[in-house]
Formats: sequence, C-alpha cells, structure tokens
Amino acid sequence: MNLNGSQIFWKILKEEGVDTVFGYPGGAVIDLYDELARTKGIEHILVRHEQGAVHAADGYARVSGKTGVCLVTSGPGATNTVTGIASAYCDSVPLVVFTGQVPTTLIGNDAFQEVDIVGITRPCTKHNYLVGDINDFARILKEAFYLASSGRPGPVLVDIPKNVMQATVNFKTPPKKTTMRSYNPTYEPNVKQLKKVVKALVEAKRPLIFAGGGVVLSKGSDELTRLARRLSIPVTTSLMGLGSFPGTDPLSLGMLGMHGTYRANMSTAACDVMLGVGVRFDDRVTGKTDTFASQAKIIHIDIDPTSIRKNVPVWLPVVGDCAITLKKLNELLDAEDLSGVAERRRAWLDQVEEWRKANRLAYDQKDVIKPQYVVQRLYELTKGEAIITTEVGQNQMWAAQYYLFDRPNRFVTSGGLGCMGFGLPAAIGAQMAAPGELVVDIAGDSSIQMNSQELATAVQYNLPVKVVILNNGYLGMVRQWQELFYDRRYSETRMSHAPDFVKLAEAYGAMGLRADKPEQVDETLEKAMAHNGPVIMDFRVEAEESVYPMVPAGAPITEMLLV
Amino acid sequence: MQDEQRHILGLLVENQPGVLSRVAGLFSGRGFNIESLCVAETNEPGVSRITLVTKANEAILEQIKKQVNKLVNVIKVIDLSNVPAVKREMVLIKVKAKPEHRAEILRIVDIFRCKVVDVSSEHYTVEVTGDQDKIAALLDLFRPMGIWEIARTGINALSREKK
Repeated sequence: MNLNGSQIFWKILKEEGVDTVFGYPGGAVIDLYDELARTKGIEHILVRHEQGAVHAADGYARVSGKTGVCLVTSGPGATNTVTGIASAYCDSVPLVVFTGQVPTTLIGNDAFQEVDIVGITRPCTKHNYLVGDINDFARILKEAFYLASSGRPGPVLVDIPKNVMQATVNFKTPPKKTTMRSYNPTYEPNVKQLKKVVKALVEAKRPLIFAGGGVVLSKGSDELTRLARRLSIPVTTSLMGLGSFPGTDPLSLGMLGMHGTYRANMSTAACDVMLGVGVRFDDRVTGKTDTFASQAKIIHIDIDPTSIRKNVPVWLPVVGDCAITLKKLNELLDAEDLSGVAERRRAWLDQVEEWRKANRLAYDQKDVIKPQYVVQRLYELTKGEAIITTEVGQNQMWAAQYYLFDRPNRFVTSGGLGCMGFGLPAAIGAQMAAPGELVVDIAGDSSIQMNSQELATAVQYNLPVKVVILNNGYLGMVRQWQELFYDRRYSETRMSHAPDFVKLAEAYGAMGLRADKPEQVDETLEKAMAHNGPVIMDFRVEAEESVYPMVPAGAPITEMLLV
Repeated sequence: MQDEQRHILGLLVENQPGVLSRVAGLFSGRGFNIESLCVAETNEPGVSRITLVTKANEAILEQIKKQVNKLVNVIKVIDLSNVPAVKREMVLIKVKAKPEHRAEILRIVDIFRCKVVDVSSEHYTVEVTGDQDKIAALLDLFRPMGIWEIARTGINALSREKK
C-alpha cells in the first residue's frame, strides 16, 4: 500500500489510540494539517501559543493517564514548546511532541524557520528523533509512543522534515509491540530486597511513608493505601504525590518540605524507617540533606535507578515499578502476623497526632480576603471533588496545603520546573480529558498573565474551566522571599499594572467575576460553578500574605518559619 | 567529599546521529568531568564504542554510570576501572630534532619501541602506543629537546575477560 508521510503519521497516531491533539499550524506542518482535515476520529485543539499546547497536553495526560500529543511547526513553533517540554520532563509526564522541520535538503543551511530543535531539547526530553528517511518514519512514531509511556514516562520529541511528510513509500504495517534493544525498563522488583523491606516496615517503631509522583504515574495508589493502613504507617507526599494517598485519611500528613505541613516535617525528622516510593528527594523536599530523616533507614522504591542515591544516602534501594512493587509488598505482608503492629505504633501515632493538633495551617480571616480562605472554601464547596490545576508560586502552595485530594490524577501542577503560566492551558487539557468534571485553575495575578491568551481556546471549544485568581498585586512568592530574607526590598515584584480581569474575561467571551470582601467569596465561587462556560474570578486578597510554614532554602526541614 | 579517582568506562552505543552529543551533553549538563573520549565503530554493524575517562568519587561515578545507561541509545556501560583490562593510548609527538639530538631521539624511539612516522630536516613525528606511564616517561625525555605538538587519542580499553 503506497502512503505518504502525512498519511502514515495519522494512521500510526490512531493505532496508538490518539484521539486528541493540541497544536498550532505553520508552514512546515501544513501537509500534516492538510491530511488531518481528511482524517476522522482525531480532535484537534487549536491553542493560541505553542507553550499552551504542551501544557494542555500535559494536563490531558495527567488526568486521562494517556499520552498527550502536540503538533507544532518548525522554528518558533518548535522553540515555543521548550518550556512545556522541560516541565513535562521534570514531572515525568508522557508526551509526544511533533515538530515540523525544513526539508532535509535545507537542514543546516539556516533556512527560514529552521532551528535545531533536536539539539535544543536533548537535555529536556526522554529521547528525541529527527526523521531522516521516510522508511524509518513508522518505526520512529511507534518508538516515540512506547518510550513516552513506558518505564519512567517523559516527553519524546519527533522532528519531521517537510519532505518526509510529502514522500511516498510502500507502507508495511510495523509490528504491534515495539521493542528496543537498548531500552528495557525494570518493572519487576527484586524479591529478596522486598523481604527486607517487609521486615523493616513491620519492625519499625516510627515508620513513615513518603509517596511521590511515581505512585500516581504507576497507578499504585490503591496498593499504597492498603499498605499504609494495614501497617498503620503515616503518609506524607511530595507536591507531585498529592492524591496518591487519600488526603482526608487520618494517616495522611499532607505535603512535606519547604512549605510542608508542620506534622509532616516533624515526622520526617523523627521517623526510624522511611519508605520513599516514586520520589526523587528533590531539594525542596529535603532541605539540608545531611539532616534530612537523619534518624531513619531510608528505603527507596523507584523505576528510575538514577533517582536512587542521587540526593540522599539510601539504606535499601529497590528498582521497580511502584504499583507492582507495592502490590508485591502487600502480597508478602499477607503471610506476616500483623496483630502486634498497631500496638507497636501507638506512641508514634500519638506523637503525630499531637503535631497535627498544633494546626499550623490556621489563619485569621478578618476584613480582607485571605487567599487561604478562598482555597479552603473552594475545597469545601466542591467537596474536594474538583480537578485542580495551578500556576506556580504562592497560589500553588496554598492549593497544595488547603485543597485535599482523596484520589490521584486530580492535582495538576508544574512541580519540578515550577513553570508560571502552566495552570490555564493545563486546565484546558484536563477538561478535555474529563469533560463532565469541574476543573479549576488556582492562579496568581502574575502567573495567569503568562498564558492568559488560552482563554480564547477555552471559549472556542466551550471548555468550562474556572480560574480562581488570588490577586495580591505582587509576584507573591518572590515578594515573600524579599520580605523574609532581603529586608523587604520589593525589587520589581510589585505587579502594579494588571489588566481588569473581569473585563479581560468578557473580552474573550468568558464570564468575569470579582470578590473584594470575605462575604463575597462563597457567592462568587457558587456563581462560577453554576455557569456552564469558562469563568475568571478575581479575588482581591491580602497583599502581603505569606505561605507558612516555610523552611528557608538549604535549612533543615524542622527549622520552619511559622505564622 | 570523597576522593576523586580516574575511572575508565566503555560504552556500547547505537551508531546513530547525535549519540555522541547525547553522551557529551549529559556530562556537561550534570557537571560530570570527561578527561578523554575515544569513539569508533565496533565489529558489530550499527554499534559504536565510546571509551571515556572521567574523574569522580564513588557516589558521582554511580550516578554517571546510571545516567549514561539511561540514555536510550546506550546499549551497555562497562566499568573498566576495577576489572583486569588492557588500557592503551596512542600519541603522535612532533619533536624538534636538532642535528645534535637526532641520534638520541632515534635511540629513545628504539628503547620505547615506538616508531618514527614522519621526518623533516627539523623534526621527527613519533608514534607511540602504550599505557599512560610509558607515554609520560617518553614525553619527559623529549621535553628538553622541544616538543612542537602532540595529538593523543585518549585511553582506549578492553577488559581481559571474554566479553
């Protein structure tokens, strides 16, 4: 069967189960777009900026559990994707990003809209390809999807020269299952190691589970929850791990780290065994590494061997898929006598409860709206059932602290890269993945301006995302650092010229709402939720409110600044 | 910080465009050190071998090996530091050859079992292959006579085991 490159492209994408593509046309991909117009079963979302396409695909992937797909043109189209790709790479999100490229005959000639995107994205993709020959095209497409979603997931970029899209070849269907000689992720853990893990967890006096994004990605939440409950082990999570263990469970300590909860950070310092699962012990989690969990034997489960012993010494490493490993641990526990475990934990759980009662997330809601209050009311009014995306900074930390997630794949944030402008496009992607659900972007007045153009996308496709702007008129998190560590010199962090967000929403054809007083918070949220379309809510909040607890960068995580 | 030591790694990689820059980029991006790098095809079609020398403590070495292994185009990473291995380097040395030094240079070449591969009225180009001690000793002997240029391949190594 003779097919051209563009036909092969959409054929393989459909075989890979792709039904949604976020993209932006241009000269180098015009052939792919031409073929798309004749292809059934693919919904294309036309974004307003290529960065938005990648964040949207990211949000889509995290909520759906499928691989997110982007299609952009060469040159600036390609470079605009870099921030989104880097964010997805840090957070191990399965994406395949297709970029157009100038014809192979022009590569290297500084042609119009030519850029070496494979070179540019090499350090921030799991792998990338330049398709040099139409005969390799189908195989590369299959490999890209296989690499993105297997092992530790991540973004894969495929750069497609225009003449490859146009070339015709006698197409032979590639094998269903892709295998690669040099790529074999380890899914199955070493059982000998697991027996040691079981012994350590059962015998520990003050055990703690530290769960991360790997649990969410591997769909290991149920196994984790079972393990923690039957062994009465408290669970703290990284930012990426929120939802991997039910946030309302009595054993849940919330997030740990720089803006972690008091109880989580105190527990980390006091535990005698720490089971890290699907985490990478990032510096925002550990603070000063020498003092991190210094009384604990650390057990570390991760599918990526490079994560183990990268930042902290590990007593017992286990390389394997988090879900499979947790399941095997539960199976091994079936043969153990667990009757004495709860008793052995009593003193420890009592201590943890005492730290919980200190209630260090309390705040005082007076005349001016507190940002924490907005998030808390959003949580209560939505009964914790919304899908939450965030921008980056204070809004993100308040979302992480005050919105509890009982299920995975409900909290979508740029964790590792910390990329402002993430939340709105991610919400669009999340809404595409979950059409019937309430999707809310918790934003700041600064970060929302980084990709507010995507409001047009939300309106065009009638995606009823809700944006909660915690408007403090500052680049809030940087201002907070300046207040605490730079003698209140607010150098360039006053965001004095924001647009009128209500009018901005209306200009795009969305609904705009504003709340200036605490008593308006509920009605604003309710009105927004009742509206079947995109809404921007401008909450005028306390300008100089800070996120607490806070651990200064590089300090031990027990040295928290508290309100 | 533990003491840094030199380590020799052999990497079997898929012979594809960009694979060298993936390896080199990984080292520069993560602040790992490369002392030398030696790349060429192997007897197996489509597979190249990179031999690289790095300086690192044990913890960093572990990261280097894991990170390199994680690259999709890398088939295998062999640590040649602590196994019996043949480690050789080839160097071309352009040494100044004044009339009064010419015989001396040839005598040294003979003793070190290296070769003169090019000659002019003013210089010899000497090709030497061997371990690093031998090369260092030879360079020490030539230095007083004046070394114009040298080109080194970097260390190339194979383990003594079957595979």
